[in-house]
Amino acid sequence: MSWETVIGIEVHVELSTESKVFCGCKTRFGARPNTQVCPVCLGMPGVLPVLNRKAVEYCMKAALALNCEVSGRTKFDRKNYFYPDLPKAYQISQYDMPIGKNGWMDVEVDGKAKRIGIRRVHLEEETGKLVHAGDDITSAESSMIDFNRCGIPLIEIVSEADMRSADEARAYLVKLRSILLAIGVSDCKMEEGSMRCEANVSIRPEGSTEFGALTEMKNIASFKAVYKAIEFESKRQAKVLESGGRVRRETRHWDDLKSETVFMRSKEQAHDYRYFPEPDLVPLEIDRAWTDRVKDTIPELPDQRKARYVADYGLGQRESSLISDDMDLSTYFEKGIEAGAEAKALANWMTGELAAALNASGTEISSSKAGPAEMAELLGMVAKNEISGKTAKEVFAEVFAKGGSPRKMVEAMGLGQISGEEELRKAAVAVIDANPGPSADYIAGKENAIMFLVGQLMKATKGRANPKMANQLLKQELDGRKKNL
Amino acid sequence: MGIGRDEVMRIAELARLEFGEEDAAKYAKELDLILGYVAKLEEVGTEGKEALTHAQELVNVMRDDVPVEGLSQEQALMNAPARKGEFFLVPRIMDNSDED
Amino acid sequence: MELYEFGVGQLAEAFEKGIASPSEALSSVLERIAGLEGEVRAFLLTDEEGARKAAAKADGLWLAARKGGTKPSALTGMPFVLKDNICTKGTRTSCGSRMLENFVPPYDATVAVKLAGSVLLGKSNMDEFAMGSSTENSAFGPTKNPWDTRAVPGGSSGGSAACVSAGFAPFALGSDTGGSIRQPASLCGVVGLKPTYGRVSRYGLVAFGSSLDQIGPFARSVEDAAMVFEAIAGHDPKDSTSSPRPVPDVRKACSKGVKGMRIGLPKEYFANGLDPEVRDLVMKAVLRLKDEGAEIVEVSLPSSMYGLAAYYLAATAEASSNLARFDGIRYGLRDLGAKDVVSAMKRTRSQGFGDEVKRRIMLGTYVLSAGYYEAYYNKALKVRRVLKDEFDEAFAKCDAIAGPTTPEVAFRFGERTEHPLSMYMSDIYTITANLIGIPAISVPCGLSKGLPVGLQLAARAFDEETLFAAAAEVERGSGFAGRIGGGAR
Repeated sequence: MSWETVIGIEVHVELSTESKVFCGCKTRFGARPNTQVCPVCLGMPGVLPVLNRKAVEYCMKAALALNCEVSGRTKFDRKNYFYPDLPKAYQISQYDMPIGKNGWMDVEVDGKAKRIGIRRVHLEEETGKLVHAGDDITSAESSMIDFNRCGIPLIEIVSEADMRSADEARAYLVKLRSILLAIGVSDCKMEEGSMRCEANVSIRPEGSTEFGALTEMKNIASFKAVYKAIEFESKRQAKVLESGGRVRRETRHWDDLKSETVFMRSKEQAHDYRYFPEPDLVPLEIDRAWTDRVKDTIPELPDQRKARYVADYGLGQRESSLISDDMDLSTYFEKGIEAGAEAKALANWMTGELAAALNASGTEISSSKAGPAEMAELLGMVAKNEISGKTAKEVFAEVFAKGGSPRKMVEAMGLGQISGEEELRKAAVAVIDANPGPSADYIAGKENAIMFLVGQLMKATKGRANPKMANQLLKQELDGRKKNL
Repeated sequence: MGIGRDEVMRIAELARLEFGEEDAAKYAKELDLILGYVAKLEEVGTEGKEALTHAQELVNVMRDDVPVEGLSQEQALMNAPARKGEFFLVPRIMDNSDED
Repeated sequence: MELYEFGVGQLAEAFEKGIASPSEALSSVLERIAGLEGEVRAFLLTDEEGARKAAAKADGLWLAARKGGTKPSALTGMPFVLKDNICTKGTRTSCGSRMLENFVPPYDATVAVKLAGSVLLGKSNMDEFAMGSSTENSAFGPTKNPWDTRAVPGGSSGGSAACVSAGFAPFALGSDTGGSIRQPASLCGVVGLKPTYGRVSRYGLVAFGSSLDQIGPFARSVEDAAMVFEAIAGHDPKDSTSSPRPVPDVRKACSKGVKGMRIGLPKEYFANGLDPEVRDLVMKAVLRLKDEGAEIVEVSLPSSMYGLAAYYLAATAEASSNLARFDGIRYGLRDLGAKDVVSAMKRTRSQGFGDEVKRRIMLGTYVLSAGYYEAYYNKALKVRRVLKDEFDEAFAKCDAIAGPTTPEVAFRFGERTEHPLSMYMSDIYTITANLIGIPAISVPCGLSKGLPVGLQLAARAFDEETLFAAAAEVERGSGFAGRIGGGAR
């Protein structure tokens, strides 16, 4: 039987405000434990929250950039549950009236456009951070808590279950991150936890319109892990169903080292969060004027960027999407152009050689040693015929591995093309003299013989000759001898 | 209607309280009594009435995004029943069952 | 007349004129406390040393003022008491609970900051986490009614009411979620005000029912209460529910009289369950208002008797959430024997909370839990709306509503502890003001069987002016101003 995978994704993003969402504490990452706290975020008795306007506006901005409806009356609710990292034993969140709802985002996978629904975007508060004394949470005898993170504004972005493959899920996340970075509401660092995602995965027989039982996957710390986790999970579910089993609603933990999902807890013991309206905060009335003001602060978004790449640089639809949907690729691309690279060549390299190298080494483009400036320098040498395409690839591999200036590398390795005519002519004469047979053949009218001589000339110059010029010079020399006969 | 022992235990679990059998029975009885009393709210017609969640009419109360000095680490930790260096300390966390 | 008998206005005048100094006033109240506290037990903590320092500082300020320096605010150097659910930086704040027996807040409540120039004597006893109507739910033992030590002082702010009644302080602050200021004020024969919701900052008040809680003053006269109200009211950016409206000059309102004022009498308040003597005293006071030029109109609040039920759902729901933070991790009690965090929380909470608190947490958790929210919690909030509509209608016909504060005078210890509901009934008249956020005040209007009876007045939201004008008139009629608890001498 052939199965269809159905995926919905929840993303949590820390907003990059200066102060926390309900108190004035700083939000800096990496401070000493429990130094960015106050009675409010420690949930001490008697304290009250006061809403950070910028956090609201960042949430509105994200919702608007995701084409959500943002208007009218909204409010905050308490989500009640006990956990050591949650000081008040409730999280201030939004239950039935999120700031944004009913939005969408277009992604492109394998050249096909796909619209993914955004169910809601809401504002809530971050929890504290647990540090475990042992290998993991359950084997540790005790855990330590740092509340610095507690109270940092967080937005939750919930997609509709519109994705049908791990590729679509990855494309969704890449573009979402790109949008959030473009509007500047978060630094979206998965490694620091400022962007986290959970995927809900179910499968169903191809053609079915019913939904299967879904599993929720946690602990997904990179886009690559999202892809792998969804691939693993849909195969696991297929195996369960094909062996006559039943997929249980449960939460599973993605183990990145083992590349598998493991059972965490059953979803059937549903939580009872006892949501109710937060009495310590008053409702929010978002009117048209406020929405418009926030809308005005939204800069170019990936879709607009794509259109610009096509129009201004003549890039193809596909490579344009590939680059514009990813904020890091876009930044790289634009920096490269700024440094003088020719746009089409740069795009070709980025989607070809560079992408392959990044993929093979597992490096993020933002930390590539072959940066946009290096790439522009390299492409410049190719354009001016200073090096051959083949040499360029060798140089790129060196720069990608070790860093440094491509020009200096070419000079140091003596890889520059011999474009000085005199030098190359000397070499051509030597090749003709050393190969009297083929030379005679050419003079006798066998024009194909020139190919052998060009090959010999390239060999003699260790590939540094410009093949076109080599061909030209050999012909000139031989034609001259023919006349003199 | 009527709250039994199991219901009391379920609520106690949610509220992170624990009771012996005797107390559970006592609480079941008392809660029944109170719920019996509040059931008279059914007599009040509330068709079309909007829930009153706040006793006043303010909206859009916000502050500017300006950091202010919080507590020192020592002040933050001074009331902690157990601490370890710069951290609050808690015993083993058995499962993740309450985080979602 | 001893200095401890001086009211707020009298002491302020004495300080200003140099007739007495804050330190002298302090010595007088400390002596009074030393003599009677053993019997009354109004305090959970006294801070004599801190009080002496604060008084000495205030001495200097008043002295400087008399020498031509700037005049300090009226309450400078005034001895006072805070209910022990109002956080004080560096001074233990226990809420009458084992849970917070060792909790020392690293911050001050906004009202404590506003009263920084006054002299804090200590923290007063209360029903645990403000849940109760007699102080019998305090984990540290009950407070006695200064009028009769066999009787309860009311609650939950019983300690503050008793302090003012016994002459331990000219004023005290309490908190009122369903009557916790007005009911003990009534039972102890002092004035107690619950301001409009949003008038006084709740920052630093340990929350019980966040949408109902308000801090307010106890004093021995209406004008004294007005002075304290003016000192503590006003917008606070730390409390999102705090109103930006300007605070009216309620002290001036005290001498305004009631000519032309329309006083509404809800017929429902004078029906079943009201002690006949209480009823007579209240009616007499109302008739005196009529003599002074007020117009008495009958109003109807048909749903007001449902307030108690709505209150017990709304308040306990909020409380179950507000009290969830007491998990023994960051402060307060912790059962250190537990091996895992869930049992540590359960054991801590089960040991740290008393019976009534647990009962209310259970009720509140239940009414919010899946499947019951609509039937209980949301129904209560809708009834709240019905009540508001009925009051709005009543306030179209009158400017203030009068009635008894409580159905009976102070009851004896142990009389109502067996049945939680019978205890709750004590708040039947006070609760609606909290549900809809309007201001209400209890003023003594006489004695029944040797115990004080309070008359309650309520007004439109933010109209404390009318409230004080009417209350001052009731006080002039009853001649009760300044009286100190009869039994405690």
